[in-house]
Amino acid sequence: MRLARVVGAASTLVLAMLGAGAIAQQATEITFYYPIAVGGPITKIIDGYAEQFGREHPDIKVKPVYTGTYQESIVKALTAHKSNEPPTTAILLSTDMFTLIDEDAIVPWEDLARAADDQAWMKSFFPAFMKNSQTGGKTWGIPFQRSTIVLYWNKEAFKEVGLDPNKPPTTWAEQVEFARKLTKRDAGGNVSQWGVQVPSSGFPYWLFQGFTTQNDVLLMNEAGNQTFYDKPAVVESLQYWVDLSQKHKVMAPGVIEWGTTPKDFFERKTAMMWTTTGNLTNVRNNAKFDFGVAMLPAGKHRGSPTGGGNFYVFKKAAPAQQQAAVKLAKWMTSPERAAQWGIDTGYVAVRPDAWQTPAMKKYVDGFPAAAVARDQLQYAVAELSTHENQRVTKALNDGLQAALTGAKSPAQAMKDAQAEAERILRPYRR
Amino acid sequence: MQQRGIVAWLLLLPAAVLLAAFTHYPALATLYHSLFSTPKAGRPSVWIGAENYQAMLADPVFWQSLRNNALFALGTIPTSIALALAMALLVNGKLRGRAVVRLAYFTPTILPMIAVANIWLFFYTPGYGLLEQVTGRLGLPSHNWLGSRDTALGCLVVVTVWKEAGFFMIFYLAALQAIAPVLSEAASIEGAGRWYFFRRVTFPLLMPTTLFVLVNAVINSFRLVDHVVVMTRGGPDNASSLLLYYIYDVGFKFWDTGYAAALTMALLVILASLAIGQFTLLDRRIHYR
Repeated sequence: MRLARVVGAASTLVLAMLGAGAIAQQATEITFYYPIAVGGPITKIIDGYAEQFGREHPDIKVKPVYTGTYQESIVKALTAHKSNEPPTTAILLSTDMFTLIDEDAIVPWEDLARAADDQAWMKSFFPAFMKNSQTGGKTWGIPFQRSTIVLYWNKEAFKEVGLDPNKPPTTWAEQVEFARKLTKRDAGGNVSQWGVQVPSSGFPYWLFQGFTTQNDVLLMNEAGNQTFYDKPAVVESLQYWVDLSQKHKVMAPGVIEWGTTPKDFFERKTAMMWTTTGNLTNVRNNAKFDFGVAMLPAGKHRGSPTGGGNFYVFKKAAPAQQQAAVKLAKWMTSPERAAQWGIDTGYVAVRPDAWQTPAMKKYVDGFPAAAVARDQLQYAVAELSTHENQRVTKALNDGLQAALTGAKSPAQAMKDAQAEAERILRPYRR
Repeated sequence: MQQRGIVAWLLLLPAAVLLAAFTHYPALATLYHSLFSTPKAGRPSVWIGAENYQAMLADPVFWQSLRNNALFALGTIPTSIALALAMALLVNGKLRGRAVVRLAYFTPTILPMIAVANIWLFFYTPGYGLLEQVTGRLGLPSHNWLGSRDTALGCLVVVTVWKEAGFFMIFYLAALQAIAPVLSEAASIEGAGRWYFFRRVTFPLLMPTTLFVLVNAVINSFRLVDHVVVMTRGGPDNASSLLLYYIYDVGFKFWDTGYAAALTMALLVILASLAIGQFTLLDRRIHYR
């Protein structure tokens, strides 16, 4: 321990003599791309972090740059990288990892964080979140704002139809059964309230991964160069999703908009919905009725993909900047700050010890729903992420939407999606 | 004589530089890049000739986007032009509250497209959206307008017509006001009816404006994709993907810049041939004063 500290101090000294001579006069400035993915006064919190970090580290100046949605952020980060002016660090989707590696834009954290306690720091996160952050034995992303899919249910609607308001569905069969009871039709057959709603616009693959994980099947391999879209268990999962609207008629037909799904829930157009834990604070503020939050119902077992954003450090940034970025990442993911971030936003605090902090314990005591996503992590798998991620994902999205709108059978849709993914990924297996 | 030549060239220079820098050079650079593979880390760009174009011809999403775009153009252009003309004739006449009506027709144009698309998104929302509230009152069954393959593109067409008609109306209105009143006086002395006057005098005099509006409408039908991004993202299953939106997808989501360049060339060729066709075919039949 003591030795480590001496070595640490010595190396800092050497670093200071070697590299810091030129910058000793002025602070290292680092740019930090941050996407605005959920509502609320998030920019204010991040600005506050940058300022507080600057006060505690006078030699570093953090410049946050708000870069829009996740999608816009990756576009901006890669464009900046290609014009040789990359951000020092950025929060981008965990699934962008392979894309960033393929563009040779980022460096693994092992190459940067070499201080004595850094190994322990990199191991301090929930293992489920690291699945999307590591490949080829290296850690490319540090979890920051992460989520899973959970089920929200309207307790009043449950009571009205004679269901126990405190018992959400726990299995696929129950989900159908409850939803059937919760679906309200008038004499003309028009539906005024659907039983359940699983959104399918934009990124249906993410919601679909809920079904496939529950059906005990993975969509891709760990190396991110092969997909399994046409496995029978995957087709089965899609059949279940399609059946919710086409056979059981307990979910609205066609593609369901992601953005309006929470509103459908507030307006009682649906009694249950699947959406991200990131919506928790939104639902808490806007639902005019008693609601519950539960893990997704189990197929063969429970399951959900993780989602959300990681810290990345860019390769073309100067070494001094990269080191400053490591300090920033460590500072922002400390247990206390991770806990407060989770409380303020609804994201899952990324490390187990954050949940042991007094602030988080108090929050969970008053609002137990906040802990559901954490408890679900033990069943969580990595979000779909491969080389050429956007394109391979689009193949699946198109297939899912084709099946949900009835244009193709689930088997045909998944066969076509797999063929397209194969075409794209084959070069990466050579 | 020689000096006059230099002056002429100097006067042309600013426009020529801008045209070359922002139109001609990018078009040629796109053509050049479309003949190379997309550079990736560790795999530099190499000459592949027409391979990107062969991939394009074999790409079902490209054909679907092209077909969608043709339908989108057919749906938006005639309707928005006819509507613009009708609105211009209406607010050009003697009408109480004329300024208010003009403003109302023009409002959609000045609103930002992204904001407009977000509003329409809620109009189309199944169950409690504005459209559903009306159809629900009439006892019609609920329909998932943006979420079904049959109606998604049609919904985008409606938004575009609503947005564009007011813009084109302004051009027609300006043209109508430039028509000398003596013509209508002369016509009424000759005993021409209103429809006859419109058909034989007003409409032919508006033809230059119609050509201008038509060219703009065609360009817009290939250029406007903001509402696609907000409302459907090309879905469900590419049912509302337009060519330019697909180019954005390939270029900035997939980072396949070589293929995106090939797609852009296809778009350029289509637009250029449409423009040439419009000017050569229609120009002959237009009466310029």
